[in-house]
Amino acid sequence: MPDAKPALPDHGLGPFLQDARVRWVACLIALAVLIAAPLIFGPYGIVILTNALLYVVLCLGLNIVVGYAGLLDLGYAAFFAVGAYTIGVLTVQFGFNFWVAFPFAILAAILAGVIIGGPTLRLRSDYLAIVTLGFGEIVRFSARNLEVTGRASGLSGIQDPWLFGWHINSSIDYYYVFVFLAALAVLASFRLANSRLGRAWLYVRHDEDAAEAMGINRVKVKLAAYVIGAIFGAIGGAFFATNLGAISPESFSFEQSVLVLMAVILGGMGKIPGVILGAFIIILGPELLRDLGEFRLLVFAVGLLLIMLFRPSGIWPARRA
Amino acid sequence: MTTFDVVLQQIVNGLVLGSFYALVALGYTMIFGVIKLLNFAHGDLYMVGGFVGFLALSAISSVVGAGWGGVAIAMFMSMIAVGCLGVVIERVAYHPMLRAPRLSILITALAVSLVLQNTVLALTHGQYTAFRSDFGFGGINLGNLFITYNQMILIGIAALLMIALELFVSRTQYGRAMRAVAIDKDMCQLMGINVSAVIAITFLIGSALAAAAGTMAGAYYGSVWYFMGFLIGLKAFTAAVIGGIGSIPGAMLGGLILGLLEAFGTQLPGVGSEWKDVFSFAILILVLVLKPTGLLGKSEQERM
Repeated sequence: MPDAKPALPDHGLGPFLQDARVRWVACLIALAVLIAAPLIFGPYGIVILTNALLYVVLCLGLNIVVGYAGLLDLGYAAFFAVGAYTIGVLTVQFGFNFWVAFPFAILAAILAGVIIGGPTLRLRSDYLAIVTLGFGEIVRFSARNLEVTGRASGLSGIQDPWLFGWHINSSIDYYYVFVFLAALAVLASFRLANSRLGRAWLYVRHDEDAAEAMGINRVKVKLAAYVIGAIFGAIGGAFFATNLGAISPESFSFEQSVLVLMAVILGGMGKIPGVILGAFIIILGPELLRDLGEFRLLVFAVGLLLIMLFRPSGIWPARRA
Repeated sequence: MTTFDVVLQQIVNGLVLGSFYALVALGYTMIFGVIKLLNFAHGDLYMVGGFVGFLALSAISSVVGAGWGGVAIAMFMSMIAVGCLGVVIERVAYHPMLRAPRLSILITALAVSLVLQNTVLALTHGQYTAFRSDFGFGGINLGNLFITYNQMILIGIAALLMIALELFVSRTQYGRAMRAVAIDKDMCQLMGINVSAVIAITFLIGSALAAAAGTMAGAYYGSVWYFMGFLIGLKAFTAAVIGGIGSIPGAMLGGLILGLLEAFGTQLPGVGSEWKDVFSFAILILVLVLKPTGLLGKSEQERM
């Protein structure tokens, strides 16, 4: 974006956190806390944390599309739905084993990424946002109207996966699955950001024409962002489906896409710790406000508004070079 | 009924639907034209307009009745109230963000949409509110075609509002200022145009038109609820894009085209009413991919 703000002055913890060793120690401590969490929180807390970790995976996926490549996607829930429904349809309607269905979920996500990415690459940001929104709604309406996806009532009885004799079925099991997935997503995001492809995304985001002139294949680079973002979403969706055992079209609404996007932007686009923070705020915020009853989401929305007004680049934004 | 009668009936249905879309689409287009913002809260202003219209009608129906006169007055009151609400939203939420990154202001608009929806949700507990008016179901027969008075009046009011807007934009000084600001905000500032006031008027008019559509839709369908703005917001945006976003005649044309396409779409084999929404989004994507500037839009060089 050409209208980016100049970099904020870096004070306090900034240079300290730049140190790779400090970063590793911070990651290890975070991981240790997450692994020990079931000892501290009750069953309800674990369910919420699992949900927050699912959001970390989704937000990091969307962050690749929006934060790294600068493509505004308002239909990210579609990828999440593609993963969940592929698992759901193949295991419930066709009796596949989870691990046999899983590669198909990835394939479906790649296909969806190409389908959504392909025709939209020429569009400007606002139009792109609307087209992705349209695709998201098409996926949801299709799920609601097709026989194979169980129409409005969705699919139920999705079997839990087995892993080397371990039956993943309790909420603690799923919690650890999502700890693993979130850690994997963080690692993959970090590696991607520092890769050749990551630098190409940065270039395309800043100046598409200059990037093209420098020999970057704009189409390939943007498609890669969609496809990789889609894979993150689909993996999250696949385990979301088996965790709940049932899925319905309403889990993949526009609101879901908006919440994921809000988490990314709220935390700070393109910045991994920021995005993780955003995911936790979006999930834990409404939970902490649970006592407010029907006014809960209202207070939450006003809070979001205030954060955007006072920190338009997010709470923990990426520093601009 | 012959095929010809079905076609005529669908044209009427399409025009009613299209009038609603066009009125809401006008606000989208005007706001986009002036500050380049996709105001995602616009559909929710339509919803709030429906509720304010309902409250106004309840308040005045004992005096003027709930017939067309009462609804018209309620609609007018709703337009004023929601128009002011639109201006307040712009001042509080969008104005401080005008120099912020594009994405941030877009998210702000989404947050405003959430605020409006959840306020109404908390106040109504998510129930449908019955919008009672004494329209009756009278109408006239033209051969096999039956048009209710409601439908005729709705189309008529929508047409009147659109003509008034067109006159405002093309003939008045503020209308000219609005067009100038849409072209180059900074230059207008230098030429002594009060850009801030022009933006406020744009929000006032756009929101008032959405409120008019919301009140009419409430009276026509007989109920209002907190989520009714969401889908129509998307459809109105689709309409604005089909016509060419930023173009006022485009929004009207796009609204009518989308309304007609939807009405006929439900008659096509394999589409049916369940697939109606998929159908309109598919149209949106096709238009954007084939002609991103819409039917009446100007081509733009500027990028994100």
